[in-house]
Amino acid sequence: MSAKEEKKNTIIENSLKLFSKNGFYNTTIPDIAKSMKMSVGNMYNYFKSKEELAKYAIKYSTNVLAIELKEINNMDISSKEKIYVFTKRYLQSVKKSPEVIEYFLRVYLSNREVFNEGCEGFLCVSEFVTEVMILLDDGAAKKEFRQQEFFPAFAMFMGALGGFAFLSGEKVLEKDVLSYSDAVAENIYRALKYEA
Amino acid sequence: MRLNQKNKPKVLWFQAITCNGNTHSFLSSNDNRMKLFLDSFDLIYHPSLSVDISLKDIIESDVEIDFLLVEGAITSNERFFSISGETTTLLLNQLVSKSKYLIAVGSCASYGGLHAKFEQNEDIKGISDSLDVDNLYSLNHPVINLTGCPVHPEWIFQTLFTLKDYKKMHLDEEGRPKELYYGLAHHGCTRNEYFEWKVESKTFGLKEGCLFYEQGCRGPMTHSNCNKILWNEVNTKTRVGMPCIGCTELDFPRDNMLETKKNIGIPDQVPLGINKRAYLSLTGIAKTFKIDRLHKKLID
Repeated sequence: MSAKEEKKNTIIENSLKLFSKNGFYNTTIPDIAKSMKMSVGNMYNYFKSKEELAKYAIKYSTNVLAIELKEINNMDISSKEKIYVFTKRYLQSVKKSPEVIEYFLRVYLSNREVFNEGCEGFLCVSEFVTEVMILLDDGAAKKEFRQQEFFPAFAMFMGALGGFAFLSGEKVLEKDVLSYSDAVAENIYRALKYEA
Repeated sequence: MRLNQKNKPKVLWFQAITCNGNTHSFLSSNDNRMKLFLDSFDLIYHPSLSVDISLKDIIESDVEIDFLLVEGAITSNERFFSISGETTTLLLNQLVSKSKYLIAVGSCASYGGLHAKFEQNEDIKGISDSLDVDNLYSLNHPVINLTGCPVHPEWIFQTLFTLKDYKKMHLDEEGRPKELYYGLAHHGCTRNEYFEWKVESKTFGLKEGCLFYEQGCRGPMTHSNCNKILWNEVNTKTRVGMPCIGCTELDFPRDNMLETKKNIGIPDQVPLGINKRAYLSLTGIAKTFKIDRLHKKLID
C-alpha cells in the first residue's frame, strides 16, 4: 500500500468515528482535518469532497467485513458453524470498533441522498454482499439451508446482525454484547436452515 | 440411389436406437450443400432412403466403407432393441470392421443420450463404449463425436469434407472436432447485451431479455456454434426465445432443462471458466444499472 493510500485510510478511520458519532451533516471537513492535525487544504489532496470521502468510507468499512466473511467462507466447516463464527467476529468488531458498523447504520442507511451517485444499489458494498451470497449459495447447495428467495434470506442475516449492533450502540443491552453471540447466530441459523 | 459411384468415398448411415431427429436435420440441409455432398460422396446406405442394397448385403459383401455415420444409441440387449434379429452392438461392430472412419451423429450415438436414462436397461451406450477390442484399433482415426440433439447438417458436411481432404481432425477431450465445438452457444447470441446487464426475459418466445437467469439457458457453458452457423441459415433456439438446453454436452439431457437451478436465488452454475465469487460480484454491480432501452420492446 502506498503512503498516500495509507494516509487515505487513516483519514477514513478518523472520519468514520466522527460521522458515526455526530452524523454526516454535522461533521465538516475542517472537523476531520482537525482530528487528523492536518490543514483543511491538505485534506482536499486526498478527497475532493465530503461526499467522496463518505463513499470511500462505506467501501472501506464493508470491506473490513467482506475480508472477514471471505476468510470464513473458505474455512472447511459447516455453514452453521460459519454463521456462528461470523456472528462472533461481527459482534467483536461492534465492540472494538463500533464506528465501522455505526457508520453503516447511522450514515449510509440514513443519508441515502449522499450515496445516490456512484453508490447505487450494491455498488459500494458489493464485496460484502458477494460474500453473503457465497455463504448462502454454498449452504443451500449442501442442503444445510433451505431454498428461498435471496433477499428475505439476506435481510434475515444482515437484519439480525445490524439490529443487534444498533441495540449495542443505543446501550440498552443488559449484558456484554459478545455474550449474545451464540443466541443471535442460532436465530439466524434457524431462519435459514434446511427443513426435511 | 445407386451404389458404386467410382472414386468417391463411401458413406454409410447406420441407425440404432433413435428418434430419427438427426436424419430429419440432415435431410433439411441447404440444397446446394446436399448437392455438393452427393456429388462428392457415395451415400451407399441410409435406412430412411430408397437404396438398391440392404444392410445385410453390405455386411456380407467385401465393400469397404470410408465413413460410417451412426445415429442413435447402442445396446447389446436384443430384447430391448434389435434390427432383423441382430443387436445393434453386433451390427455396429460388423460395420466398423469394414470402415475407416467412425462418426457419431448426435448425442445418443456419442454418449447414449436420452436412451441411456432408461432405467430398465442399463446397457445403452454411445458407440465408443460399444466397440469390440479389435475394432478399437482398426479405424484410421479416433471416433468422432458430433454431439447435438440434433446435429446441424453443416457439422456433418464439414466433418466429412475435412476428413476427405485432410484425413484428420483435432478433437477435444469429449471426442468432438475442435473447429466445430471450440466456441460456446453464447458466442454470437443476439441476447448478449441483456446477459451483460442482467436483464431477464419475462417469458419464452420473446426477442428481448436473457434466458440464463430464469429459463435455464446453457449458452454460456455449452460448446457449439449454433449462433454462428445458423439453423436453416436464419435462426437458432435463442433467437426465437427458446433457451439453449446444452444438447452438445456430455450431461445432456439434464433434469428440468427449462429452469435455472438456483440456491437461495443464486445461480448454481455460472458461465464456463469464471470464478463464482467474481461472477456474483460482477452481477451485483451490473444489476445496479437500469438501462431503459433494455427494458423496452425492440419493436414497438
